[in-house]
Amino acid sequence: MSTAPRFPFQLAAWESRHTLRRVGVYMLSISLGVAALVAIRSFREDVSRSIAAESRLLMGADVRLSSRRPFPDSVRQVVDSLAEAGHEHARLVAAASMVLAPANGNVRLLQVRGVEGGWPFYGAVRTTAGGAWGGWREGEVMVDPAVLTQLQVAPGDSLRLGERSFRIAGAVEGLPTELGFQTAVGPRVFLAMADLDATGILGFGSLAQHEIFLRLPEAADRVELEARYRDRFRATQTRFDTAQEEAADLTDAVAFLGRYIGLVGLAALLLGGIGVGSAIHVFMRERLTEVAVLRCLGAGQRGVFLAYLLQAAALGLLGALVGAAAGVVIQFGLPGTLAAAFPVRIEPRIAWTTVLGGIGVGVWVALAFALLPLLTIRDATPLRALRHALEPPARRWDPWRVVAVAAVVVTVAALAVLEAPSPPEGLAFAAGLGITLALLWLFGAGLSSLARRGVPARAPFPLRQGIANLFRPQNQTVPVTLALGFGAFVIGTILLVRGNVSRELDFQALEGQPNLILFDIQTDQREGVLDLLPPASRSQTQLTSLVPSRLTAINGLNRAQLQELPPERRPRGWAVRREYRHTFRWETTPSERVVAGQWWNEAPPAPEGVARISLEEDLAEELRVGLGDRITWDVGGVPVETRVTSIRAVDWRRFETNFYVVFEPGALDEAPSSWVLLARMEDPGQRARLQRTLVERYPNVSALDATRVQEAVDAILARVNQAIGVLAGFAAVAGLLVLAGALASSRHQRVLEGALLRTLGGRRRQILAVLLSEYLALATLATLAGLLLAIGASSVLVTRGFGFPFRADLDTVAGVWLVVSALTLATGLLGSRDLLRRPPLPVLRGE
Amino acid sequence: MSHVIVAEGLSKTYRSGGRPLPVLQDVNLVVEREERVAILGPSGSGKTTLLGLLAGLDTPTRGRVVLEGQDLSRLSEDGRAAFRARNVGFVFQSFHLLPSLTALENVLVPLEILGEGRARERRERAVALLERVGLGDRLHHYPLQLSGGEQQRVALARAFSTRPRLLFADEPTGNLDQRTGETVIELLDELHREAASTLVMVTHDLMLAERTPRVIRLQDGHVVADECRDGALRA
Repeated sequence: MSTAPRFPFQLAAWESRHTLRRVGVYMLSISLGVAALVAIRSFREDVSRSIAAESRLLMGADVRLSSRRPFPDSVRQVVDSLAEAGHEHARLVAAASMVLAPANGNVRLLQVRGVEGGWPFYGAVRTTAGGAWGGWREGEVMVDPAVLTQLQVAPGDSLRLGERSFRIAGAVEGLPTELGFQTAVGPRVFLAMADLDATGILGFGSLAQHEIFLRLPEAADRVELEARYRDRFRATQTRFDTAQEEAADLTDAVAFLGRYIGLVGLAALLLGGIGVGSAIHVFMRERLTEVAVLRCLGAGQRGVFLAYLLQAAALGLLGALVGAAAGVVIQFGLPGTLAAAFPVRIEPRIAWTTVLGGIGVGVWVALAFALLPLLTIRDATPLRALRHALEPPARRWDPWRVVAVAAVVVTVAALAVLEAPSPPEGLAFAAGLGITLALLWLFGAGLSSLARRGVPARAPFPLRQGIANLFRPQNQTVPVTLALGFGAFVIGTILLVRGNVSRELDFQALEGQPNLILFDIQTDQREGVLDLLPPASRSQTQLTSLVPSRLTAINGLNRAQLQELPPERRPRGWAVRREYRHTFRWETTPSERVVAGQWWNEAPPAPEGVARISLEEDLAEELRVGLGDRITWDVGGVPVETRVTSIRAVDWRRFETNFYVVFEPGALDEAPSSWVLLARMEDPGQRARLQRTLVERYPNVSALDATRVQEAVDAILARVNQAIGVLAGFAAVAGLLVLAGALASSRHQRVLEGALLRTLGGRRRQILAVLLSEYLALATLATLAGLLLAIGASSVLVTRGFGFPFRADLDTVAGVWLVVSALTLATGLLGSRDLLRRPPLPVLRGE
Repeated sequence: MSHVIVAEGLSKTYRSGGRPLPVLQDVNLVVEREERVAILGPSGSGKTTLLGLLAGLDTPTRGRVVLEGQDLSRLSEDGRAAFRARNVGFVFQSFHLLPSLTALENVLVPLEILGEGRARERRERAVALLERVGLGDRLHHYPLQLSGGEQQRVALARAFSTRPRLLFADEPTGNLDQRTGETVIELLDELHREAASTLVMVTHDLMLAERTPRVIRLQDGHVVADECRDGALRA
């Protein structure tokens, strides 16, 4: 027994006051990472729990049957029999329609909902500004509050829907929200089912959704219902959803998103780890003599090591506790800021396992990254107390160093796998970080060796001296490059990905693209609608037919026979069952290109009575068909034989009408169809006037203004950007702390050097110039290296992850470069105030 | 009298800039119990290296050191540390107090390392020693808040805290002005006598050496003289 067992604890306790003062602030870099992780995870759990707990409120029922067409008798019979057994039900028909406020001429595309029955069965519906939910009077509508603001109307005013006018009875809150694009496009107008029929907006080809809501509180009833009628529902293209399933889908989606954001939090934590590592590195170097003295006084190596390990753990714990507390504060603040993004009230609750887990991860990361620098204790021989001038002992092969490095690698990989949406993505993330750090390390080492060779002897003294600092003994070039480069990398990647994704979702920025869609145009209304367009727009207008149809056979096998095929040849169920909307045209559009086979003009003619078609590539894969295969369609009750003569790749993100299946002209001429018109009109006022005229003359025609879509997308993006901005901020602060730590490590030597230079007659200006040249070289080059890596990483993320084209925004890159470089310079100079201010003598005397 | 320190054929070679640099060559000496020895020599003569080897802070390239009958070469690094904890006290030229610990805590460090007795007894011993060196009113001051002389007095208290049988001092007055240095040396002599310990002190201060009964002179790594105060040369 070399050292009393309690000695390490006693020493750690004595020293902790000093250690806390000296490196405590760097532990805040751990706090930032832990705060991000705890907040993100806890909030994710809050959302999942709240959604699960209120799944019935989400739907307003226990079960929903839905269909794109009116329910057939076979389904109505099921509902009738349930009603006889005493189960409540309600019917909804949803359609999009132009709604005009005659009082002020405002017009919007809104969601119109015809209601019959007591939906919603769950949740408290509140009406504001008069009116009562459910007590439908003829000629009255209830509206989402947003309708009042968008159309600038009030209860009592009238609204025109299709061919009828209605009085607004009141606004309604607390109804189940529908998620996704539809609600984003327009708020809802509710009316009695009979009134909806009277408006005439459910014309041919209109995109209506038919729903039946059921109150089936007993799980057994739901299971039985689905098991018993599954085949019937499937045969009639009736979707069957339970509230729980829907909630689970939503929870999955939120969790998935949360995990991606969690990775950014993890990057912040790892940056914190690097910060702790570099702070402990500096701290231990200052402590080597002290450690040697302790060894002289008879303390064992293990005892001293344990004392410092305990301090690192205690500081890690402190940092993690602060971080966890901050994380909980953020968690409780998030529902307020993000309330609008979720369909249920998010009840924050402290998730103790998450908080404890976050604290544990924080302590572990602090320890894992502190281990390597703590091992320098082993280099402190007792002799060091007598003489410092000895050359540092040659780095011997030390298995503990391997253990320490392995601890860091395993920690990073394990955390990434735990946090990422899937283990391969986690490993890819960890590998990406590893490669980034390795490249930065190489860059730092290269910079150092380049500085050794590359300074011309004629360069002014401060420049030579500053550059020489990059390679002199105990230089901090590699650690600073790592800290700065990694910080710039994280921030650069976040901003570049954000910029690229935002641009791709910016419809309006696309010059010359259509910004107005008119749909549900009947064949006999085509000419009239075209006449409403200003002559300038008419030439660039696309008018496309929509022919509803269903797939009945592939290569002579009917749908039942297709399902019998072995799995590798069996087409996907949804692709067979879905309702298609085909079109026909002579030319391809700019947003599609033929990837296999030939377009009509070059393809071999089909036999008599068979039409040639072109399939979208993903659909062809889902249907397991290729060139030459035959598909039979049911178009308005008439079977139509077709042959696949080309496959197309389609860019679905363009604001254009694109189709899974395009027919050659001629084959669908006689089929019942509706039309879609795409136009570009620069003047928003002109677009608004057109929409008003449309409501008056062709009430069944709906218009979708790209501006509205953009507003909805922007609103969502703004929230996401806010969250990402906060995380980038976390990364920035953590990076600055790391940087301050790395620069502080060579401070002592710099102060001494500065004092010497001044003793030898150096002026403050010269010393400042020395510092400036060193920091400027480090800051600009290391940041640039990090940013170049960020461009590489974000191009992979944007093209592979999002499938968007990538553009390196030079403005963003230059902005980050300048700001980070300036901050580095400021941090470096701020840390060197002493050097310029303190008189040389006390420094040289070691006071 | 019994042999407390026996050094046989001690040699030490460092590597400097990749080349071997012999610092100490074939040193033999014996120190008896309660003896006071000064190792004297100019800068670079190898006296600090010799002290380091005698105290087991480093291992010789050749030869061996036996302290209190214990052959240090047979002990591991930690074994030598444990031996020092029990038997050896140190005073350094630059005091080497732990800056983050108070005077009292600094004196307590060797007692805590040894871990013997009760916490209260250890504390009483540390307080008594600090009072003995005249710092009873500075117990809770940090090294930075003490003058050089005061710091060295704390270091003396620390060195004697475990009642070591051997005391090594490396230029104990080197960083002090003459008057303060004398006070410290007087205190060191008194404590040494009270504790009946053996003292080996490195110095290049002739005045200080003259107060020591036995002086070993080093030059270029060799012992060039080993004389007692009466002038008799020793082997």
